[in-house]
Amino acid sequence: MRGVTSARQQHQLAEAGEPWWRQRESERKRPNTRTSSTIPSPLCASSLKMACQALQSGESLATLKNESDSLKKKLEEERAKLHDVELNQVAEKVELVSALSIRTRRVLKGHGNKVLCMDWCKDKRRLVSSSQDGKVIVWDGYTLNKEHAVTMPCTWVMACAYAPSGCAVACGGLDNKCSVYPLSLDKNENLAAKKKSVAMHTNYLSGCSFTNSDMQLLTSSGDGTCALWDVESGQLLQSFHGHTADVLSLNLAPSETGNTFVSGGCDKKANVWDMRSGQNVQSFETHDSDINCVKYYPTGDAFASASDDGTCRLYDLRADREVAVYQKDSIIFGASSVDFSLSGRLLFAGYNDYTINVWDVLKGNRISVLFGHENRVSCVKVSPDGTSFASASWDTSLRIWA
Amino acid sequence: MTIRTIRPNRGQHYRPRMHCLQKIEAHMVEMQDPKSGLKGAEQKLNVTTIPHVITGGGLSIETHTGTHAEAYGTMLVAYGYIYPLQNHRKLVMCNDGSLYRFQTPYFWPTQKWVAEDCDYAIYLAKRNIRKKGVLEPFEQEHYTHLHTWLNHKWDFIVMQATEQYKAGKERKKPDRVVLDCQERAYWIVNRPPRRTHSALDYGTDRLIDPTVEEVTGDSTLTIFALLFRFPLLICRLVKFVNTYKNHDPFLAPCLPSNPWVTDNDTYWTLNIRRVDQCTKMRVERWSFSFFELLSDQRGRDDFKSFLKKEFSGENLAFWEAAEELKWGSAAAIATKAAVIFKTFLAPGAPRWINIDGRTMGLTVKGLDHPHRYVLDGAQTHVFLLMKKDTFFRYLKSPVYKEMQKRALNPELHNFSEAQLEQNARNRSLGVHPITVWEQEEEERAKAAIASAPVDVKAMMSKIDRK
Repeated sequence: MRGVTSARQQHQLAEAGEPWWRQRESERKRPNTRTSSTIPSPLCASSLKMACQALQSGESLATLKNESDSLKKKLEEERAKLHDVELNQVAEKVELVSALSIRTRRVLKGHGNKVLCMDWCKDKRRLVSSSQDGKVIVWDGYTLNKEHAVTMPCTWVMACAYAPSGCAVACGGLDNKCSVYPLSLDKNENLAAKKKSVAMHTNYLSGCSFTNSDMQLLTSSGDGTCALWDVESGQLLQSFHGHTADVLSLNLAPSETGNTFVSGGCDKKANVWDMRSGQNVQSFETHDSDINCVKYYPTGDAFASASDDGTCRLYDLRADREVAVYQKDSIIFGASSVDFSLSGRLLFAGYNDYTINVWDVLKGNRISVLFGHENRVSCVKVSPDGTSFASASWDTSLRIWA
Repeated sequence: MTIRTIRPNRGQHYRPRMHCLQKIEAHMVEMQDPKSGLKGAEQKLNVTTIPHVITGGGLSIETHTGTHAEAYGTMLVAYGYIYPLQNHRKLVMCNDGSLYRFQTPYFWPTQKWVAEDCDYAIYLAKRNIRKKGVLEPFEQEHYTHLHTWLNHKWDFIVMQATEQYKAGKERKKPDRVVLDCQERAYWIVNRPPRRTHSALDYGTDRLIDPTVEEVTGDSTLTIFALLFRFPLLICRLVKFVNTYKNHDPFLAPCLPSNPWVTDNDTYWTLNIRRVDQCTKMRVERWSFSFFELLSDQRGRDDFKSFLKKEFSGENLAFWEAAEELKWGSAAAIATKAAVIFKTFLAPGAPRWINIDGRTMGLTVKGLDHPHRYVLDGAQTHVFLLMKKDTFFRYLKSPVYKEMQKRALNPELHNFSEAQLEQNARNRSLGVHPITVWEQEEEERAKAAIASAPVDVKAMMSKIDRK
């Protein structure tokens, strides 16, 4: 009996020597897997050829990795030589944003557990929110009335969306499905009775969004795929494969053609997809950690992403590269959600350190920090007419700021 | 004997990446540096003195300034790098004299090792022995739960617990108190009681292991040629921002006032669809782009009335019908396609659209086997036609100019405190979107009947009968 020492006791003994956390430090070193995306030059073409040839001759992965690292360094040098003008230099001529006086205007209390997701209705005042205990509540944010409440049969309802017509809501989570609940004016009606199961994934649902009408639903899942569904029949119209890890978020393009969407996942990639063909048309991998949220710029030809590494980045689709990084040394906790203001000048980002930062998109500096939540901010969305934005948090409340 | 795991196997087993841990650890090491870091004091607790105690205020000054300091401090406590001595269940950093201590590195959160249920059971059993059966309610709950699920290991757990308890008794009192505090803090962070916000409470598991070395199959770099010079794309963004900056409620004041700020929803009632006079800002926004004009229903209605005057309404009607086909339900595609063909594309159709021969040929051929995107080519052609030609004519037309002249410019509201309070009490309920939707459906049905092509034969036979 005396000879039995638990693993813990062994650790305690080992602590006497090298500090335990210093030992783990070396195990934690990972190679830098940053990928820069755009450099024009004959250098890159020839290097690419060399890389392909090396692969053919059966060299080991380690040597190829070394070679790719050295190539990346050369590319960075070449790019510096081109004297690329940075976003904030060109934006110097743009006047500064005057001090914003954003305050909490409404606090929506009613969820008993962490609020995971929310979405605005097109009427600019109603919103739907979903929480960890399975409750989905439709609020009139302006009057603070709770209009409808549905209890889902599963917990962790991580995705919810309001239909463009305002007549239905879609939600899903750990049940691997996305269900559409038609809303009614009758308060006493049991909404769960009319529930329609639309999407069926093999793992948890992380995001859902209606397209331009109530009839189609776009979903993203923890099984690494996104899918487009027909609401009436529940038929799978198109599936999108390409992520190698959980897809955490998606956003539809606001363009007149409305045929593309962007998704971000745990594989640090943000992929742009063509809804018609199911192809991955563009991919961006410059983040150091999981991408928690992606959101299109109002014009539709750029998008922002929020990641667990504490940075938010702006990517341009036409130039096919990262354009700006919104980061600060003092911000080390992951960003969970981003959204643009109506003009695209302001970027609202919610973080895991319970704060919301307001960034100037053009100049790249932080305009202000908003405090108020007592736990992680899980979702930030600007209202359809841009008059306010709502934030949902794990402290069970939602706040509307203006 | 089947051993059931506590959590069902969904294929997701790994905790989400916590990228911030490395940075925090570096900072924690810095803070505890004997020369340049924080100085701890001793604290008298009953009879014993506990070394290395710091106050919340002291820590705040050390890290950042102002409210940022409190936020950062709270995060350090929430992750378990620093633990409070007094209110051990509230993982918040208060900027006052409350006492905190640095957690020993052994108990720091790591990406790789998860706090196991077995270890928690051993801890609870040990605590049970020490407190002689009196555990806190949340601990009692966990204890009974683990007792059920880990019953097959319970002998081992109790044995470990008694061993550790005996080993603990052999230590000196201050060391024992410190170790107890540290362990308790560790488990509060990893198994937070209700109403405690711990940063290690992460949600659902993920599919990939964040600690695994990245193995990329092919080492080709994603390199694309730079299609545009970099400054050009920045200018595009700057141009967009400058165009819309007066329309952004966060940057320029809303006229008459932001409903969320003053609790007066005139702004919303002025901007609904069925309104006679539009505001100046709204009319100005229609001129920014064709997409803006179409997105605003009121603008679209105005554009429709302009097209009616020009007798070229079929383009917009076709575009709308094609949109309905694209975004509509799968079952209705065939019927909708047939109707569209009869109304817009068939030779001699009542609302025949003028598109080039090649597109027309491809579309008609595609309509033999209609699918969702069969009208894409024709729709794009018509849209570009409207965007490049009709839209600009609309902007120069008397209809639009009239609209601009009649546009309202509401006065900026200037409410006093008392008025604001009254507004807050009388917030209007507005119209429910379902009601609006039902009204629109009715109008659409009426419009469809009205614009249906007249059946000449039926008309003639009616006249004959008279």
